[in-house]
Amino acid sequence: MTRQTRQLRVNSLARVEGEGALRVVIEDGAVQSAELHIYEPPRFFEAFLRGRQHTEPPDITSRICGICPVAYVTTACQAIEAACQVEITEDIAELRRLLYCGEWISSHALHMYFLHIPDFLGYPDVIELAGDHRAAVERGLRLKQAGNAILELVGGRAIHPVNPCLGGFHRATTSASLAELSRQLQQALDDALATVEFVATFDFPDRELDAILLAVHHADRYAIDSGEVRSSDGHNFSASEFANHSTEFQVPHSTALHAALDGRSYLTGPLARYTLNSGQLSPLAREAATAGGLGPTCRNPFRSIVIRAVETVYAIEEALRLIAEYRPPDPPAIPVAPRSGSGCGVTEAPRGLLYHRYQLDSDGMIRTAAIVPPTSQNLAVIERDLRDVVAANTSMDDAALTALCERTIRNYDPCISCSAHFLDLTVVRR
Amino acid sequence: MTTGNSIRTRHRRVVLIGLGNPSRRDDGIGPSLLTALDSELLRPVTLVTATRDPTVLLEAWANADLAVVVDAAVCRPPTPGRIHRYTTCFTSDARVVGNSHGFGISDAIRLATALNRAPRLLVVLAVEAADLSVGHGLSPPVAAAIPALTAAVLREIGASTRVSPRGQDPRSDWTECPGRTGSDRRILEY
Repeated sequence: MTRQTRQLRVNSLARVEGEGALRVVIEDGAVQSAELHIYEPPRFFEAFLRGRQHTEPPDITSRICGICPVAYVTTACQAIEAACQVEITEDIAELRRLLYCGEWISSHALHMYFLHIPDFLGYPDVIELAGDHRAAVERGLRLKQAGNAILELVGGRAIHPVNPCLGGFHRATTSASLAELSRQLQQALDDALATVEFVATFDFPDRELDAILLAVHHADRYAIDSGEVRSSDGHNFSASEFANHSTEFQVPHSTALHAALDGRSYLTGPLARYTLNSGQLSPLAREAATAGGLGPTCRNPFRSIVIRAVETVYAIEEALRLIAEYRPPDPPAIPVAPRSGSGCGVTEAPRGLLYHRYQLDSDGMIRTAAIVPPTSQNLAVIERDLRDVVAANTSMDDAALTALCERTIRNYDPCISCSAHFLDLTVVRR
Repeated sequence: MTTGNSIRTRHRRVVLIGLGNPSRRDDGIGPSLLTALDSELLRPVTLVTATRDPTVLLEAWANADLAVVVDAAVCRPPTPGRIHRYTTCFTSDARVVGNSHGFGISDAIRLATALNRAPRLLVVLAVEAADLSVGHGLSPPVAAAIPALTAAVLREIGASTRVSPRGQDPRSDWTECPGRTGSDRRILEY
């Protein structure tokens, strides 16, 4: 019998953050491989943090990503403050959480409306979508602006914020300016609830992801900016124990590292957060989730858009609460004297768990740095999901299958710029 | 730096947008120009700096009668410091050539058009870059273009102005380039 090889190629995946390629090989109808080729060059952040002063990583690592810089700033601060055994005040912690809420709102709005919704409604991009769904796109823009407004006010600017620093903030935001912001957030809350209603009407393919889920968990609230690490297979550990469980490793086809949790692939991000922590959402967000068709857990990657919408509701509500209870931190930052030792931090970037670890000498010079972004942790599961999706749809023609592959990847909102960085698809059918 | 008193503009609402990343040398020509201009003297023109996120443009130029966007451009072969002028009139279904990276200004124009947020008239003044590497500061030929760029901006935002920019009327040296329906491209030679 003649062997049949089929190759699908996408040279540059659209609507993802960064640049990369996908190569799928199908031989005699069976999927041989599905590899995400991350060809963006390695960025060496961990290497050039060595020899820097302990005050510098928040600003330097902020530059890793233009979509989630607050995640990098916050996690770096958390790790170095732990190394220097400094505890920030509750007021500073709350202002950090408010800033992080701004990033969630802005990032989720961007991914939902600009990158993901066109998939569900059959449009090539948000511009074509806007032609038929103008009100929806306007809503998405308002949401993004609301998130940006928090980032600009608390962070100093919408991208790569300049106001956060080790120990807190250079300057505390005034109560009056935040009160002004709350009016915009009230409108944004209506928009977020409308978004849940909107995305819940989409047609979601049946899919149940069989993977370990990992997320930050906080005892008292839906984890964003702090907490411990929890997994769906019963792990509970602190940030300082993260490296004992999660191991990064190289794969030949990617400049981004992959990761395994005690030897097994795992997933971070909205599915993990929601499945592990949905009980801690606010009543309104839980109500929206239920109305949006979500149960207490969700393992269908196509429904991740509903979770992002629900999390947007939560982030806006949380921002409104933080503003209502705001006490300007005085002083705005706690001095962080250098100290020999190491410290770790974990937070929930919009795409998933972000881990930083720094080892300092007694002068505060960084001896080693380790940064594990969410997309690196997710790549192995994304590849496995792709193999399963292709295997279940080999009868599709190449164009349809390619589109499905891209859509499958976008379910995870990968940030290739964070992981090293994304997409170009090749499907080989043999 | 502009001199003289505030300006009078012939347009009801004017926005001047400096687009670009100052951390990539000549890409920062737009923000650099806005820094060099005196916003008080430019009243009532709204000045907006958009360093990274082109979606900011959608809000910045919504309902404007005139939006002037100052940006950097890459040309082959390059003539660093040369100023290109593009105009797009939104009375037609005009489209501008797409940007090579992510959601760029052309996407912002198309989306603004779809959302009916586009300014009535958009002028893009694009300065040919010499150096887009990481770092601060403009290259000498791009820095040298700032007076002419200032003059070009002031001419755009008000034919009637008491501001006296250095240099001659840029329009006298425009070189006509092929345009397309609803849009027009010219090169300003200095």
